[in-house]
Amino acid sequence: MKMKKFLAAFLALTMVVLCFAACGKGDGKTDSGEKTLKIGFSGPLTGNNAQYGNGVKNGAQLAVDEINAAGGVNGVKLELNPQDDEADAEKAKTAYGVLKDWGMQISLGTVTSGACIAFQGEAAKDNMFVLTPSATAVEAINGDNAFRVCFSDPNQGVASADYIADNKVASKVAVIYDSSDAYSSGIYEKFTAEAKAKGLEIVTAQSFTGDTKTDFSAQLQAVKSSGAELLFLPIYYSEATLILQQAKNASVDVKFFGCDGLDGILNMKNFDTTLAENVMLLTPFAKDAKDSYTVNFVTKFREKGYDETTLNQFAADAYDAVYIIKAAAEKAGINADMSASEICDALKAAMTQITVDGVTGTGITWSADGEPSKAPKANIIKNGSYVAL
Amino acid sequence: MKKKRALKQTTKSNLITYAMLAGAFVLVEILLSTGNISYMFKGLLVPLCYYSILAVSLNLVVGILGDLSLGHAGFMCVGAYVSASFSVMFQDAIPQDWLRFLIALLLGGLVAGLFGLLIGIPVLRLNGDYLAIVTLAFGEIIKNIVNLLYVGIDENGLHVSMESSAALNMTENGRMIIKGALGITGTPNDSTFLIGFVLLLITVFVSLNLINSRTGRAVMSIRDNRIAAESIGINITHYKLIVFAVSAFFAGIAGVLYAHNLSSLTATTKNFGYNMSIMILVFVVLGGIGSTRGSIIAAVILTALPEVLRELNDYRMLIYAVVLILLMLANNNEKLNHFKEKISISNFLRNRKNGNTLDKEANS
Repeated sequence: MKMKKFLAAFLALTMVVLCFAACGKGDGKTDSGEKTLKIGFSGPLTGNNAQYGNGVKNGAQLAVDEINAAGGVNGVKLELNPQDDEADAEKAKTAYGVLKDWGMQISLGTVTSGACIAFQGEAAKDNMFVLTPSATAVEAINGDNAFRVCFSDPNQGVASADYIADNKVASKVAVIYDSSDAYSSGIYEKFTAEAKAKGLEIVTAQSFTGDTKTDFSAQLQAVKSSGAELLFLPIYYSEATLILQQAKNASVDVKFFGCDGLDGILNMKNFDTTLAENVMLLTPFAKDAKDSYTVNFVTKFREKGYDETTLNQFAADAYDAVYIIKAAAEKAGINADMSASEICDALKAAMTQITVDGVTGTGITWSADGEPSKAPKANIIKNGSYVAL
Repeated sequence: MKKKRALKQTTKSNLITYAMLAGAFVLVEILLSTGNISYMFKGLLVPLCYYSILAVSLNLVVGILGDLSLGHAGFMCVGAYVSASFSVMFQDAIPQDWLRFLIALLLGGLVAGLFGLLIGIPVLRLNGDYLAIVTLAFGEIIKNIVNLLYVGIDENGLHVSMESSAALNMTENGRMIIKGALGITGTPNDSTFLIGFVLLLITVFVSLNLINSRTGRAVMSIRDNRIAAESIGINITHYKLIVFAVSAFFAGIAGVLYAHNLSSLTATTKNFGYNMSIMILVFVVLGGIGSTRGSIIAAVILTALPEVLRELNDYRMLIYAVVLILLMLANNNEKLNHFKEKISISNFLRNRKNGNTLDKEANS
């Protein structure tokens, strides 16, 4: 009787241990036994920012499928592994461990900034190559192993201020930003600095936090009474729709200008898109753009039957990211037998030498600090779709 | 005679807790030294330690004191931010990692404990649900304040602002420590499993000793009947404050471990908001309110579960919720509790001495 109990407890314990210990070590082969290049990333596939994570997942998968159908990189097929991190730094660190167990050789980092800093902290220790499609914080690519596809927060703030000043869109500017959000306050800060340098007058800067993002009447009244000509919104589209609605109700008559966070505003459910008419935004991707790269990407994305709401800037960045890795890998002569660290060293050197044309820009080049150099794209919403300015 | 036996039982129960921890430690060390451990699990070791510390420390307030605290993540946040600022500031000045981390630990714990005391003084004099409401508010306030905080350092000393980093007016050599919502980046990764485990042991040791001390008995008498306790001359506020401050101190320690485990520290709803406070409360409730050992087991299982279930992708959160419900039901199931008593090690040891009464009972 007692012996049996002991045995049962012992077996249960062994099972638990094996469960942890035997967590698969990837052997770098697909089902057919062919070696592949393993690309991993983590992003918010569930939770509040799931649209971003799934955008990257679908965009990257589309590029991987295309490249594999065309024979792969240097004859090697690619394999993609998305992991969920819920946009949380702690989860991103565990996700990195999971990807390492899988045998990741190249990473697309993470989708969001805070998570990417933690992910990169681990990746730098292993000398793992990181090319994040969409983490905008400056610190997200600290270390010489990390690069990015999108603009950094400061770059977006500076580019917005430059655009407004250089094109004389307005001279008196008001700002509403999310002080509890790294992306929003990051852009706001650089925007203010650059606006001063360019002679723009910031008449009022109003903030809200993640907990108070439903009623903007106080902020809008302040904007109205400040006599601003333009309202700069370095925020995400879900709050922006509320601001546009409430601005109309309070008859605040200003121009609206936003950054890439506003991308997605036209897909918002129950949102009257006529409110977004004449809103200007800086975004690297507009799905109605007529250039051949965008048309090709959008058509193929829809053919695959992916969720239309994930057809956003993040998907475009990720699609480009995979092609950028392909270009760098071909330049560096990467093969599947190389270790992650060897691949990283080779790719690092190749990244600064390549020039890539893609959906999010043409003639993109990189400096050794990992920042891309490309022209910002400004769009205006006319008749419910983006038109390049 | 009766009293002696009761004492022996608590000692036995405590010994089982320590034995469980020691067993887990030895097991992990063996796995680590033989290399039979996945990177994922390796990365989980430190989180498991700090979540266990959080659960054990909250158990003091919820289980022993009998008050509902919903601001535990707030104390964790205080510990994390204070210690991370310190470590980033003195990274060059104190090159010895262990010394810097030791000071960071003490600093984080003490400041969090101080906050516990400050919040406790006005609140603990009150009866009823006020504590739950105020601690909930406290957690949210702390999270929002650190999101607005800009701190920088240059040769003129420390600059603090609630507006923007430009308002700090630093010289060119200035270095940002806390960047508002961007938080603190570049915290040295000083947390290791060994340190985390030692801290967990200390937490458990302090917690168990507190419970089984004169103070602990006084605290439990307050929990069981406040008026009776007051009438025999127990200073309620005094004892409540002790427990509250000790609990906050260890939450701060857990925060220090958290901050030094990651390269970036930001205060979001997810990590320092009420979601986290409730998560910790779930550990305590599922582990059995008042049970230190149960708190640790629940914290370990519920932290590891979503990661182990990663293979199941979208279904894992669903399964996680189902597991929570099942555990809750199982905790309150009479038959299962009887079965648990049958297979528990302490009963097994006792029964070996006194003849197997329970088995006979079950078979009859």
